[in-house]
Amino acid sequence: MKYVRQFLIILVISFIGELLRYYIPLKIPASIYGLVLLFAALELRIIKLVSIRETSRFLIEIMPLMFVPAGVGLLSSWGVLKPVCVPIMVIVLISTIIVMAVSGKVTQGVIRMEKKHPKKKNGADHIYVKDSEGERQYISENSI
Amino acid sequence: MKELLTNSVFFGVMVSILTYELGMFLKRKLKLAIFNPLLISIAAVIVCLLAFNIDYDSYNAGAKYISYLLTPATVCLAVPLYEQVELLKKNAKAIFAGILSGVLTSILCVLAGCVIFGLSHEQYVTLLPKSITTAIGMGVSEELGGIVTITVAVIIITGVFGNMMAEFVCKVFRIQEPVAKGIAIGSAAHAVGTAKAMEMGDIEGAMSSLSIAVAGLMTVVAAPLFAEIL
Repeated sequence: MKYVRQFLIILVISFIGELLRYYIPLKIPASIYGLVLLFAALELRIIKLVSIRETSRFLIEIMPLMFVPAGVGLLSSWGVLKPVCVPIMVIVLISTIIVMAVSGKVTQGVIRMEKKHPKKKNGADHIYVKDSEGERQYISENSI
Repeated sequence: MKELLTNSVFFGVMVSILTYELGMFLKRKLKLAIFNPLLISIAAVIVCLLAFNIDYDSYNAGAKYISYLLTPATVCLAVPLYEQVELLKKNAKAIFAGILSGVLTSILCVLAGCVIFGLSHEQYVTLLPKSITTAIGMGVSEELGGIVTITVAVIIITGVFGNMMAEFVCKVFRIQEPVAKGIAIGSAAHAVGTAKAMEMGDIEGAMSSLSIAVAGLMTVVAAPLFAEIL
């Protein structure tokens, strides 16, 4: 019954998510409300991690499988997709790569910038801190 | 026989899992990104349905029980996020900047593509929410007057492609920080990409799931501002 109870907790959160979606006039899916709620509940210690851990691991692990039916759904929307297929595919494929590269690079850039300049306001120690941090970062980069 | 395949509620689930296992097997044996289990499974099920002349609705009568788990599974993405919350706080600025740049890049790429191919306003707004999760994307497309069925198709294609390309893109563009990898994948390829990020590591997975929610919300705000340009 342990896993059923874990599943129950997750379903309750999902259900509250659906209630919120129903009553709040925004185009936000129930799952996102649920995600935020569960996160808040974990942070506030309302739900303990141990009481959902195994089931949530399992659900996350099999998640890719859950997209199969939606993907197969392309079969029924093929009629509308076919006439604009080529330009749409080109746009989708190229932009996906560009978006991934840009957001990854920006995130990494800011992370590394912050590592190099940990505390800008400490004027006197600044050079010293920057040097030692720079050194450390160089080593960690090589070790990746 | 066909009667049975069409009427059995187990057939859809069975064939989905079976083809997914086939995909896992091929991936292990051949180790190529193109042999993505999700892609293989989708393609194999489509071939199977066409070969036995089964329509999508009868397949989905069973397969919908797999999709049924999607909401609870997405809710569970809060768990890796909770486990990585310190990392999130520490890199808040970088994460926010990364997701925002991803959302804007996505919109600008779609705009540029639509101008180049001379697509209509309707097709443009249909493509705008392509990088975000289906549930939010459908809403955005509908709101702006797009064709929702195409939006869903495009979101799925984006996700599967992002899932396939994630490791390659990170390698070529030298995205090495686990946090940056996760943000990149989640911002570009929503939940389907996140499945790949989860395989790459806990940090990648947590950051990717965070990006689904944040990128989705940012697109809800940003897309209408850009909708009238074309």
